[in-house]
Amino acid sequence: MTAVEERKTTERQLERVTIRFAGDSGDGMQLTGTQFTRTAAVFGNDISTYPDFPAEIRAPAGSLPGVSGFQLSFSSTEIHTPGDEPDVLVAMNPAALKANIADLPSGGALVVNEDAFTPANLGKVGYTANPLIDGSLSKYNLFSIPVSTLNVRALQGLELTNKQMDLTKNFFALGLMFWLYERSMDATLAWIDEKFSKRPVIAEGNKRALKAGYNFGETTEIFHERYIVPPAHLKPGRYRNITGNEAAALGFVAASQLAERPLFYGSYPITPASDILHQLAGYKNFGVKTFQAEDEIAAIGAAIGASYGGALGMTGTSGPGVALKSEALGLAVMVELPLVLIDVQRAGPSTGMPTKTEQADLLQVMFGRNSDSPIPIVAPATPGECFQYAIEAWRLALKYMTPVAFLSDAFLATGAEPWPIPDPDTLQSIAVPNRTEKAGFYPYLRDPETLARPWAVPGTPGLEHRIGGLEKADVLGNVSYDPDNHHTMQMLRQAKVAGIAADIPPLEVHGAPEGDLLILGWGSTYGAIRSAVERLRARGETVSHAHLRHLNPFPANTESVLRSFRRVLIPELNLGQLLMLVRSRYLIDAVGYNRVRGKPFRIVEIEAEANRLLAELKVAAT
Amino acid sequence: MTETTNASPLDLPVLTRKDFVSDQEVRWCPGCGDYSILAQTQKVMPDFGYPKENIVFISGIGCSGRLPYYMNTYGFHTIHGRAPAIATGLKAARPDLMVWVITGDGDALSIGGNHLVHSLRRNVDIRIIMFNNRIYGLTKGQASPTSEFGKVTKSSPYGTIDYPVSPLAIALAAEASFIARSVDTHTEHLQGTLEAAGKHHGSTFVEVLQNCNIFNDGAFRDFTDREVRDDRMLALTHGKPMIFGKDRDKGIRLNGHQPEIVTIGENGITEANLLVHDETDPLIAFMLAHIYWPEFPVPVGVIRRIHRPTHDRLISEQIEQAIASRGTGNLRRLLDGGETWTVE
Ligand SMILES: Cc1ncc(C[n+]2csc(CCOP(=O)(O)OP(=O)(O)O)c2C)c(N)n1
Ligand code: SF4
Ligand SMILES: [Mg+2]
Repeated sequence: MTAVEERKTTERQLERVTIRFAGDSGDGMQLTGTQFTRTAAVFGNDISTYPDFPAEIRAPAGSLPGVSGFQLSFSSTEIHTPGDEPDVLVAMNPAALKANIADLPSGGALVVNEDAFTPANLGKVGYTANPLIDGSLSKYNLFSIPVSTLNVRALQGLELTNKQMDLTKNFFALGLMFWLYERSMDATLAWIDEKFSKRPVIAEGNKRALKAGYNFGETTEIFHERYIVPPAHLKPGRYRNITGNEAAALGFVAASQLAERPLFYGSYPITPASDILHQLAGYKNFGVKTFQAEDEIAAIGAAIGASYGGALGMTGTSGPGVALKSEALGLAVMVELPLVLIDVQRAGPSTGMPTKTEQADLLQVMFGRNSDSPIPIVAPATPGECFQYAIEAWRLALKYMTPVAFLSDAFLATGAEPWPIPDPDTLQSIAVPNRTEKAGFYPYLRDPETLARPWAVPGTPGLEHRIGGLEKADVLGNVSYDPDNHHTMQMLRQAKVAGIAADIPPLEVHGAPEGDLLILGWGSTYGAIRSAVERLRARGETVSHAHLRHLNPFPANTESVLRSFRRVLIPELNLGQLLMLVRSRYLIDAVGYNRVRGKPFRIVEIEAEANRLLAELKVAAT
Repeated sequence: MTETTNASPLDLPVLTRKDFVSDQEVRWCPGCGDYSILAQTQKVMPDFGYPKENIVFISGIGCSGRLPYYMNTYGFHTIHGRAPAIATGLKAARPDLMVWVITGDGDALSIGGNHLVHSLRRNVDIRIIMFNNRIYGLTKGQASPTSEFGKVTKSSPYGTIDYPVSPLAIALAAEASFIARSVDTHTEHLQGTLEAAGKHHGSTFVEVLQNCNIFNDGAFRDFTDREVRDDRMLALTHGKPMIFGKDRDKGIRLNGHQPEIVTIGENGITEANLLVHDETDPLIAFMLAHIYWPEFPVPVGVIRRIHRPTHDRLISEQIEQAIASRGTGNLRRLLDGGETWTVE
C-alpha cells in the first residue's frame, strides 16, 4: 500500500477517448464494453458505441474469425460516432491483436494480455515471432501485462475451476481501464452482484478480478498518467443508455399506447433483428402479443391477420426475411391494412455477413414486390431516434391505412448512445377510429384527404364484407377485372403514399441553406456525416448536411434543398441506392460515395471525399 | 354453447342459411363439388350461435379460395398457402371471433405445408376445411401433392413420379386436435362433419373429397358413388365398432397391429371382435389415416378429437398472468427503466 502514497501519477484531461476491447468471442468483450459504456454514460459523458462481433457463437478459440470487438467513444463534448480509430486497444490474445492493430494509430496505447501470447496461440494466427518482443509494435505505447497470471493470483482461495477463473479475466482488463480513466467500479460491482446472485462464488470471482485490475493500475509503475474525460454538457434532463433495437421496442410499445390498440408482433429469429422480438416478448403486461412464427412468411401473415382484426400487426426481420415477406407485403398494399415492417439491415447478398452492417435494402423495401406497390419508408438516423420513428411508422400506417417499412441496420440496432427519456405526456395520440357506421359504408370508399379506406374490423355488425388480393373495384371493393378500374386503383394507391409528403416535416439543412456542397445521407451514417461536416465547416468550407428520415415519399422540399447547392454528395453503405432514387426522381447530378465493408463509415473517409469534390469545384471555378 | 360468444344464443336473432348467402354471383364451373361444400357450410352456420359479424372466412388461392366471397360474413381471400398464418394472427388478436380457413390440396399441402403443420401443432382455434380434388384446379390441371402416383396431368404427360401424401396423416403428425374427412356429394355426412368441426375448439382439420369435374373428374367415384359407397366407405362413430357395408355386415378388426376386413357372421366373427373407434387414440387415428380404397374402405367422419388449451387462450393467459404479477404496463415507468441518470 505504501507504493500508492509514494507514487506520482499525473492526471491529464482529455476531451474524448475511444477504447476498443478485443478478444476471443468467448472472452466477454461485449460485456466488458457494455459495462464501461454504462459507467461512462452514468458519469455524464456523451457516448457512442460500436459492437462488432462474429456470426459464429464460438469460433475456434484463438482464431481470427473468433475475434469479437467492442469500440466505445466517450466524450465531454457532443459526439456522433464511436470514433474512427481507437486511442486504446485492449487485445486479449494474438488473434485480437492481429485483427485490430491496423486500426490503432501510431502512438496509441496498446494493452495486451501477454499470457495469451503462447507459441500455440501465435501460430494459430500466423505470427512466426512474438510481436510483443520482436520490436514490431515499437510505434505504439505498449503495455504488456500478464493479465491471466495476475488474475488467477487474485482469485486464490476461491472454489473456482481454472476455466471459471479464466472467464473472469475480462473484468481484470475492465478494472484496469476504470483505473486509467478514473471511473468508479460501483455500477459494475452492483451489476455483478445482481447477475450472479444465485452463484456467490462466481460473483466474488468477478468482483475480485475487477478490483485486481483496478489495483494493478494503482500499484504498478507502468502507467504514468491517468486521464479524465469530464462530463459532457448534455441538455438537462433524465437519460438512459439505449441501443437502436431497445429504443425501437420501446417506441412500438409507446405506439400501441398512443394508438390505443394492442400490439401484435410476428417474427422469425434473425440477426440483428431478434432482440426486438426478445424485448417485446417481455412486455406482456402492456398487452403485447408476440408470435415466433415458423418462418418469415407466417410472421407477416399473422401480423396482417392481427391488423385485419384491428390490432397493430407488425413484423420484423432482416434483409433475407424481407425477401420472403415480399408477396405478403403486396397483399397488405392491396387490402390497405396498417402494418409495420421492421428491416434491421445487415450485409448481403444472401446470408452475407449477418452481424455486420450495411444499408443496402432500401431498393428492396422500395420496389421489391411484384407490380407497382408503393409503401412509405421511414429510417431513423441514431439509436435514440428509433423510438421516435417507431411511433412515426405507426402514425403513417394508421392514418393512411398502409404497410410502412421501418429501416434500421446492424450498427443502429446494437450501437448505444445516451437517450433523453421522453415524457409520455408530450407524445401525441395516433389513434384512429374503427368504422362502425353502417350507412354509406363501402370497403374502398376513401377519406378525401388521406385517401385511406375505412377500417371495418370483423365483429362490427352490418359491415360484413370481403377483401383479398384480387383487384378491387374502386369504392365498392368487390373483385374487378375492369381495365380502367385497375388503372384508377393503381393511381390511387400511388397517390395515397405520395400524398404523405404533405404530412411530414421538411428536410432540414444543418449549416448554410445553400452553398458549395451538400452531403445528403439517410440512416445510421448520420454520425459520421455530421462529424465530417462539422470539421469541414470549422475549416471554413461551405458544406452542409441534410439527412432523410422519410425515404418514401421524400419530404416536399427535398428538390429545392438539393438545388441550392453546387454539388450533392450521397454517402451510403451500399452501391448507390438513395443516389439512384434521387437522380431518377429529380434529374440532379448527385454523386455517390459508397463503401460496403460491413462497417460504419469513418469520419475521415467522408471528409476526404468532400474535400475531393470541393477541390474539383474550386478548379472548375478558376 | 360456445365459451367465446358474447351473447347467449337466446338473445340472438335466429339466423338461417339465407343470412349467410352473399350477393356475389358464384363462379365455379357448373357441376363442381365446391357448390355442395358451400351450400353445406352456409347451412350449418346458424347452428353455432355466433352472430354473423363474428364469423370470418379466410382462404388461400385456388378454386376453393373463392368461397369467402359467397359467404355473407367477414371474409379475407389472401395469398397462396398462407391462410393458416393469417388466421393464426387474427385469432390471436381477436379470440372472440369464429375463424374458418378454406384451402385446397395444393394450397394447404404444397406451398402452404409449413403453415398448415404449424397452425395445427399450435392448436390454433381455427377450422381448416381442405377441398381435396387431387389436382390444381385454378391453374388448369397440374398434379398436386395428393395426385396419385403415375397420374397423367398437364404438367406430367408421362405420369407423375411424386408419391402422394395423406392429408390426414400430416394433420395427425402435426397433432391437430380435430381431424375429419367427408365427401362433397354426401351432403348429410358433410353437414354433420362441418357441424362437429364448428363446435370443436382448437386446430380443426377437415379433408373434403371434392370432385373437379373439369380437370380430375371422377377422382373418388370408385368409392363415393351412391351404388357402391356403403361397401367402400367406413363411416366412423366414436365408441362404436367399425362396421360398414350395405348390409352392415363388414367390419375392421385388428390382427396384431394390422387392420383387416372381416365379415360379421363368418368364421365366428361378431361385433365384439371389431375395432371400436376411439377419437382420442392416436394409434387408431394413424391406422385410419393410412387405409384407403381399394385395399380398404375409405374412413370418413371424425378420426380424432382431443381437447387441450388453444393457442389464443394460452397467449391471453400469459398476458393475464403478467398483468397480475407486474400490474398493467405503465409507459412512463417503462421508458424510465434500466439505468438512468439526470443531467442538471
Ligand atoms: C405464389 C403463387 N404461386 C402460384 C400461384 C398459382 N396458383 C394459384 S392456385 C394454384 C394451385 C391451386 O391448387 P389447389 O390448392 O389444389 O386448389 P384448387 O384450385 O384445386 O381448388 C396455383 C399453383 C399463385 N397464385 N401464387
Ligand atoms: S376447375 Fe375444377 S375445382 Fe375449379 S371450379 Fe372448375 S370444377 Fe371446380
Ligand atoms: Mg386442388
